[in-house]
Order: sequence, then structure tokens, then C-alpha cells
Amino acid sequence: MGHRVITPRRCKTIPLYARLVRYGFRKHATYVAAALAGAFTNSVFGILRAYILIALWQARPGLAGYDITDAITYCFVTQAFIAPMQLFGGGLGIPERIRSGDIALDLVRPAPLQAWTLAEDVGRAAYLFLARGIPPMLVGAVVFGVVVPGGPGRWVAFLTGFALAIVVSFGWRYLIALSVCWLVDDRGVAVLSMVLTTFFSGMMVPLHIFPGWLADVARSLPWAAMVQLPTDLYLGKAPVMETLAFQAFWAAVLLGLGALGTRAIRHKVVIQGG
Amino acid sequence: MVSIYARLAWTWTRAAAAYPGSFVLMIVLGFATTALDVAVILVVFANTTTLAGFSRDEVLFLYGTASLAFTVCDMFVSNIDRVSQHIKAGTFDTFLIRPVSAWLQLCADRFNANRIGRVLQAGLVLGYAVAALDLDWRRAWMIPVMVITGIVIFSALWTLAGAVQFVLTDAPELVNAFTYGGHQLTQYPLSIYARDLVRSVTYVLPLAFVNWQPGLYALGRDDPLGTPEFMRFLGPAAALALALAAALAWRQGIRHYRSTGS
Repeated sequence: MGHRVITPRRCKTIPLYARLVRYGFRKHATYVAAALAGAFTNSVFGILRAYILIALWQARPGLAGYDITDAITYCFVTQAFIAPMQLFGGGLGIPERIRSGDIALDLVRPAPLQAWTLAEDVGRAAYLFLARGIPPMLVGAVVFGVVVPGGPGRWVAFLTGFALAIVVSFGWRYLIALSVCWLVDDRGVAVLSMVLTTFFSGMMVPLHIFPGWLADVARSLPWAAMVQLPTDLYLGKAPVMETLAFQAFWAAVLLGLGALGTRAIRHKVVIQGG
Repeated sequence: MVSIYARLAWTWTRAAAAYPGSFVLMIVLGFATTALDVAVILVVFANTTTLAGFSRDEVLFLYGTASLAFTVCDMFVSNIDRVSQHIKAGTFDTFLIRPVSAWLQLCADRFNANRIGRVLQAGLVLGYAVAALDLDWRRAWMIPVMVITGIVIFSALWTLAGAVQFVLTDAPELVNAFTYGGHQLTQYPLSIYARDLVRSVTYVLPLAFVNWQPGLYALGRDDPLGTPEFMRFLGPAAALALALAAALAWRQGIRHYRSTGS
């Protein structure tokens, strides 16, 4: 008898999300050929981009506190981030569900929409980290040679920063996805988000080499928490605690805004028909 | 052939123009997307005056010529990239039974007029670079020649990419490495890349003739990698050879296609 009293709610919540993470992982693990093709393309672009950075670092050795190997590593780490961080946008499936009306079903599920989607997205990111994150790094290591963090401390710092970056990326994409509720055509916002994310995250060139004030502005925006900061943690070029705190700050802000947005669409959704 | 393409394209354009607001917005955003690559070039040159011996305006010239050719193909040919989707959905059969070549129909499939924003962006950069560089006018005839050569090369590349998808139906993303990758490669002077890579894009997949070899002539420079002078003029021949290979591959792809009959 006594066993039944033990907080049944709590016991269900954690397995539920664990299962959603697993489903997110398995959903993407179905498309192995597509993931490999993506990893190949990410690797080719990594090689092409690396030569640009090599030429720049040959002209300016030590720029931004990186040596040439750091710059090459930077390039391949950012290529490895494209898929898990979903830097070109999308990945949540919410816009399609809003347009088809299935979102009404999602809103009455026994778990909040935001947490539900986050759990699935973490599973997606975990799979794509393995399938599309590791191959470009290996290619970079074979073709040019890359920096590998020494010591467990730096690995822990990097992996924590990477996990926070996934949450920041989710927080941003969730807001973009919800905006469909208020817009007829979501392609505009999607492209705008892609432009902002690729440029201000440091995916194209390190934010440190942006000219003057633009570098300072870019480093304080949420996109920096997605690519530049976890990469600097990987390279051991950033103060660990401050960096993680900055990432956690933006994760909290974006998730908070997402929670407000979820509440707003609850009032906005009109279920048509029966 | 041109008039059929124009009619198909016009149909898709009229459909898109039914929503004038998002039509204009997409033109502006297309402009912004391609401007990102220019932003990278400008950031790089905010930190250095030369990259592998080339100045900012020279790199913008190479970017402009490559991008003008690429974006024109992006607008008029790249729709062929969806061939694997049509094969998977079973809609490819309808292209085969119509009295127009499947290649032409696929190129015009969901023709996207708002990509003109990207073409304009590339054209503006090229215009700026030509004005800023003070080129030798006796060599300027090469500029239109190299843009047209580039259009033929990139069109052939998209066609090859389409042909490959008859085999790689499940992994169409693979070809992006060559199409979009080809654009990425040609934005910069090839002297930044490793010799082997440059050799393979000169003698195997002739991307070096999009803008590098003819561009050296237009800029009045010697090849830092030491290829002989006559190579500057081989662009049209290389483009034709690649186009021929692409046409054969496309035919082979169509022949390889088996309808599911559904």
C-alpha cells in the first residue's frame, strides 16, 4: 500500500521526456543515407572554408589569438555544428503542424508543448552530433590536422557549452516556429533567421575578426552562444565559467520568451470543425 | 525551346505573384542571403590587404563573375535538383509523357522569379569591382565571355547533379558539395587552395575556367601556379566538353529510370 503514495507524477515525468529524447533520436536515425550525404557536404565545405582561413592566417599570424591550427579547427568545429545546431533553421516541424491544424492536438497533450518539443529536439541533436558532427572533424583531422582538447576539464567545459548551445539554438528556432501563428507566409522569417544565425553565430568567420564595434555587438547577441562560444571552449580560448553563464543566460531568456509565446498561441488557436 | 521555357516560367511566376507582399520580400531576402558571402569577403579584408596576393577588389571581381554565372543557373536550371523528389513521389512519370523534353520541364519546374534578387546582387558586386579595378579595356571582352562560360559550366554541373540523383535517390544532398561547393570554390582566387585541388578543378571538373583562368587574363595577371598563357582562353572549350558529358549522363540517367507504375 505504502508504495502507491510515492509521488506518482514525478515518476512519470522523467521517463516521458527520456522517451521523447529517444524518439527524436530514432526519428532522425532512420535516414542514414541522407545524414551521410549531409556529412559529406559539410566536410567538403569545411575544406574549402579552411583554405580561406589558412590564407588569412598566413597573412595575419596570430589573428584573434588563434594560430593556424586553431583557425582550421575553428572551421571544422563550426561545420560540425551545422546539423546538430540546425544553423540553417527549421528542424522542429511546428510550422507545418500550425498550418495543418495538428498543433491543436499538441496543445492538449499531457506535457507542455515547449518541453515536449525540446525533448524531441535534444534527441535529434544527439543523433546529428554523431552522424554529421563527427565526420567533418575526422576529415579535418586527416586533411589538415586539428586541435584536440587536452584533459577531461576542457572536454567537460566544451560538452557543457555544446549542450547549452543546443538549448539556445532550440530556444531561437522555437520562437521562429511560433511566429507562423501570426504570419501567413513564414518563408520570410525563416530566411531572415538563417541570415542572422549564420552571420552572427560565427559560423562563417570567427566573430573576433569582425571590424571594431561590430565584433562587440555580435559577441553579446544570443547567436554567439550557439557557435562562437562553444568553439572557443573547445579551443580553450574562453573563460569557462563566464562563457557558460552567458550561454545559460540566453538559454533562459529564449526559453522564457518561448513559454510566453506558447501561452499566447493557446489563446490564438481556434480549432475549426469537429 | 526558349519560348516553351518562358511560357512554363511565366506560369509559375504568375502563381507566385498572387502574393505580391511575400514575392517582394523574397527578392529582398534573396539579395541578403547572397550578400552574406560578400560580407565574409569584406570581413576578411578588414583584417588584411591581400589574400594570397590578391586585393579586395580583385577578389570581388572573381566573386562577381562566379556569382553572376551561378545565380543565373540557380534561377533557370537549379530546379532540376528536385528530380529525386519527383522520382520518390512518383510524379516524374508525368514529365516523361508530355511532349517537351524532361530536362526543360524540370529546369522550369516551380520556377522561382524572386531569385532575381540574387542575380542583381552578383551583378552589382561585379559592376562595382570592374569600376574600382580600372581594368585594361582591350581585355574587357573577356568578362562577358567568362560569364557565359560560367553559365554553361554551372548548368552542366546542375545537370550532372540531376543525373546522379537517378542513382542516389535517397541522398540527393550529396550533389550540393559539387554545385554549391563549386560556387564556394570559385568565389576566391584558386591560389589559396592546395595544388592538387586546383589541378583537379582544372583538368577533371573544369571549375577553374568559370572565372579563374579567364579572370587572370582580364585582370592582366600571371598565374601564381604557373599554367601557360594559352590556358586563359580554353574556357569555352572546357565548358562545351563538360556540357557534352552532362548531356550524356542525363540521357543515361533517364534510361536508367524505372517507373514504379503507381
